[in-house]
Amino acid sequence: MKERRFVREVVESQSRVLLLSFCVGAVFLLLILRLWHLQILNQEDYRSMSENNRLRFVPVAASRGAILDRNGEVLVSNRPSFSLAVIPQEVKDKEELLSKLSSLLELDRAEMSARWEKSSGRAKYYPIVLASNISRDQVEMVEENRLMLPGVEIEMKPVREYSSGILAAHLLGYIGEISENELNSKGFEDFNPGDYIGKIGIERALDNELHGADGGRQLEVDARGRVLRTISETFPTVGNSVVLTIDAALQKQAERSFGEQAGAAVVMDVNSGEILAFVSNPAFDPSLFSGKLPAETWKEYLEDKRHPLENKALTGQYPPGSTFKIITALAGLQYDKINDSSSVTCAGSYSLGTSTFKCWNKRGHGVTSLKKSLRESCDVYYYQLGEKLGVDKIASVAKAFKLGEPMGVGLNNEKGGLIPTAEWKQKRFGKRWYHGETLPVAIGQGYVLMTPIQMASMIATVANEGTVFRPHLVKRIVDADGKQLKEIKPEVIGTTGFSKESYRLVKQGLFAVINEPGGTGGAARMYDVKVAGKTGTSQVVKMRDSKRGIPYQFRDHALFVAFAPFDKPEIAVAVVVEHGEHGGAAAAPIAGRILRTYFDAKKPARRGAPGSSGEEDDDLEDSSPPTVKESRINEDAAND
Amino acid sequence: MRMPPMIDRRLLFNIDWILVGFVLTVSLLGILNIYSATTPYKIIGMAYYLKQFYWMLGGMSLALLFSTVDYHLLEDFSYWFYGFLLVLLLVVLIMGRRSMGATRWLHLGFFNVQPSELMKIVIIVTFAGFFNNFHSDGGLTVKDLLIPLGLLVLPVALIMKQPDLGTAVLVILIAVSITFYVGLRWTTVVTFVCITIPLAWLGWYNFLKPYQKNRILDFINPERSRLGSGYHIIQSKIAVGSGGIAGKGFVKGTQSQLRFLPEQHTDFAFSVFAEEWGFIGCLFLLLIYLSLILWGLNIARRCNDRFGALLAVGVTAMLFWHIVINVGMVIGMFPVVGVPLPFFSYGGTSMITSMVGIGLLQNISIRRFMF
Repeated sequence: MKERRFVREVVESQSRVLLLSFCVGAVFLLLILRLWHLQILNQEDYRSMSENNRLRFVPVAASRGAILDRNGEVLVSNRPSFSLAVIPQEVKDKEELLSKLSSLLELDRAEMSARWEKSSGRAKYYPIVLASNISRDQVEMVEENRLMLPGVEIEMKPVREYSSGILAAHLLGYIGEISENELNSKGFEDFNPGDYIGKIGIERALDNELHGADGGRQLEVDARGRVLRTISETFPTVGNSVVLTIDAALQKQAERSFGEQAGAAVVMDVNSGEILAFVSNPAFDPSLFSGKLPAETWKEYLEDKRHPLENKALTGQYPPGSTFKIITALAGLQYDKINDSSSVTCAGSYSLGTSTFKCWNKRGHGVTSLKKSLRESCDVYYYQLGEKLGVDKIASVAKAFKLGEPMGVGLNNEKGGLIPTAEWKQKRFGKRWYHGETLPVAIGQGYVLMTPIQMASMIATVANEGTVFRPHLVKRIVDADGKQLKEIKPEVIGTTGFSKESYRLVKQGLFAVINEPGGTGGAARMYDVKVAGKTGTSQVVKMRDSKRGIPYQFRDHALFVAFAPFDKPEIAVAVVVEHGEHGGAAAAPIAGRILRTYFDAKKPARRGAPGSSGEEDDDLEDSSPPTVKESRINEDAAND
Repeated sequence: MRMPPMIDRRLLFNIDWILVGFVLTVSLLGILNIYSATTPYKIIGMAYYLKQFYWMLGGMSLALLFSTVDYHLLEDFSYWFYGFLLVLLLVVLIMGRRSMGATRWLHLGFFNVQPSELMKIVIIVTFAGFFNNFHSDGGLTVKDLLIPLGLLVLPVALIMKQPDLGTAVLVILIAVSITFYVGLRWTTVVTFVCITIPLAWLGWYNFLKPYQKNRILDFINPERSRLGSGYHIIQSKIAVGSGGIAGKGFVKGTQSQLRFLPEQHTDFAFSVFAEEWGFIGCLFLLLIYLSLILWGLNIARRCNDRFGALLAVGVTAMLFWHIVINVGMVIGMFPVVGVPLPFFSYGGTSMITSMVGIGLLQNISIRRFMF
């Protein structure tokens, strides 16, 4: 029975396979007939349809978001700019067109040709930008000769306008055409050649927010380029605006205070880490970078010994010099090596083994307490303290201040400085740490490096007695309608955990630096607000003898850190004057002006609106304390 | 004809080289075509055609693996596979819910699986297993079909939920094909037609997503909207039609090189081929596909046990429906559903599933003498 059924089933299935095969064959025949119909019977129709298939994509660039200061003043916005584009599929003779364009508009033929080549991989109906930022005259020239120039189009794109001139150029940054490298890297897949993106500064770091989303229209056009219909359309999305923590008026005054000198300044709110001013001097003109940069300007920038293209506040790493004595002093107090009543006798130098370490004051400071050591910046005091502590204890305090690593200010390429330890040296050089190397570290020389941001953060942490806030530049992100999307809250990245007493003693010393006779920072003194701070001089090369006639690039850097008001600290300032030689003489007056501007603006409108900084500039000369000469005498100097 | 069981080494002599030849020809043509279709793309990383080549090699090794282990083992495990896959489909559905969107993928860290794709193979094994032990004289009655219907509805519902209309339709078509091969009574066919039509109405209003409805409507009237998939059908038809008799030449198709075609290296790969190689090229490719299908049916016919024959019919049906739906879509005979052309469209998942199917066919073909 079972056998029979099996045989029957086999026979049945055999016939069914045959039936299925016929069905399959029939279906394939249908497909082939359909292909016959399309490819042979209607060939001509479809061929002409494919030849006249003219789709055109017209990109509509998104308007980039604005950048504002903390009070809503516009720092960067947009204005329209025109670029010359071509739709490759409508061009019959590429070479002829390029010749016409270059002679008519006086544009570089080779460059246009190169741009064309670069974009050749894209759909042929997609416009290629041949020249950006062309003049209105050139636009008119194209419009007049439209018939002669098939496939040529003018595109309107918004470009950046820096309403405040060169104010905060390094901080704001600039935008530029996307580079080939960027196009080929990950994260840029959505970009096309000719697109603009932020290159440095806020423009780069917040490009995602500012950029918005480009839109476009997919059009169908006839053989003559007339638009038949819009197939699809996406509207561009305006980028979000960025509200900075920067105070434009303070920034402007801080920049001016540098004059011709090279350097950096960072002004920070000690209770939030908000950066109120962020200066790198000299600056460049960011608007030059969004167009075509004139070769001579570029050369000028490159050859300037003061390096205008460098963001010194972000990437400048300087030996902190005597400003680092704050860290060494705190380490001494914290590890019980010194106290309120202990003192050291300075005879102008200190010997360890066979080496002699000199104090900046050859005559010596005599009996020196902690307060005096800070006030007069005695080096011998810190040599002895450093020897007692050892490098790792100093480093542990520096690390509690989050020094030696980037602070995460929110701009690309931030440097981290360097806090040396015995372990670091072993790893870096394969050699053990020598005791004698601790002595320069104790006075902020040797291997120690800090950025201006770190200096400002350090003095801010002293001012608020132990809280390390993340220094930051962005306060809010708002959309095109001004609606707040994101608010950046103060972020505590560390607490030092040191005793109030330690801070009290150090702060007393810092107060004396500014306000007592013999203090090195008298140039930053104000009559109505109590300031505390520390001067520093950071050695560029070992060259002590010839006082005058040292070439510019070998002169010492002048440093100054300060906070105010002394009793209830609000802001912290760090100033570096490159090759300014003496902190008290070159850096302290700049800090003084910045502090003066800040506190004057806070006063009830005695002199009218706080924004009228031009006037204040003159007033400042009068209100500056007459201690510049005096402080020059008391200056601390670099050490071995 | 009966022979004693052979050792594995002898199996090698029985390798079905005709089957291998068909698959290899189509795969290599596919790689050539992907090369042309992706020329206008901005490519980051490895070129598509190279990737496809590696997928092909990987797929072939997998096919070899699937052809060595005796397929009769599959029968014992068929319900385990089925249950396991249902769990996977559920997991994918739950994970998709969590990530607030459609997902078809199961991320396993080192590689990703699309359980709905695996279901195509598993439904073949399940149905073959079921009908192997189910005998009904004079064709299947409606009552006989209740269990297989249940076996089908569960995974299809889960796949529809993803939502992946293309795969769901294919799973149904594969199951229906096997059932037809087993044989139905006329009354059964009539009953199902009467039930399906009202169900389709219900489905239209309750289950299909708007974009899926649009695709079907676009198919009925492509001029309905030039924006969406109707536009794709027109562009694809222009590509195929403008190819003419001999085609525009390799990498010379304007429709593809100017990127008028959507998904031109995956679902619309055939229209790139049709434009560049013309009617002659299409005829050649379709005849190879037809031969492959007929050869698959021949393997089923030659097979001496019912399970093997059912398996072979299932795999052949799977390939057949993929080919017909994809080519039909590209030349405007079917609505646009995301169904790849086996061995020809770019994509690892499709390549792997199809190759596993070929491995099973090979398995059956090799052992035809060993009942």
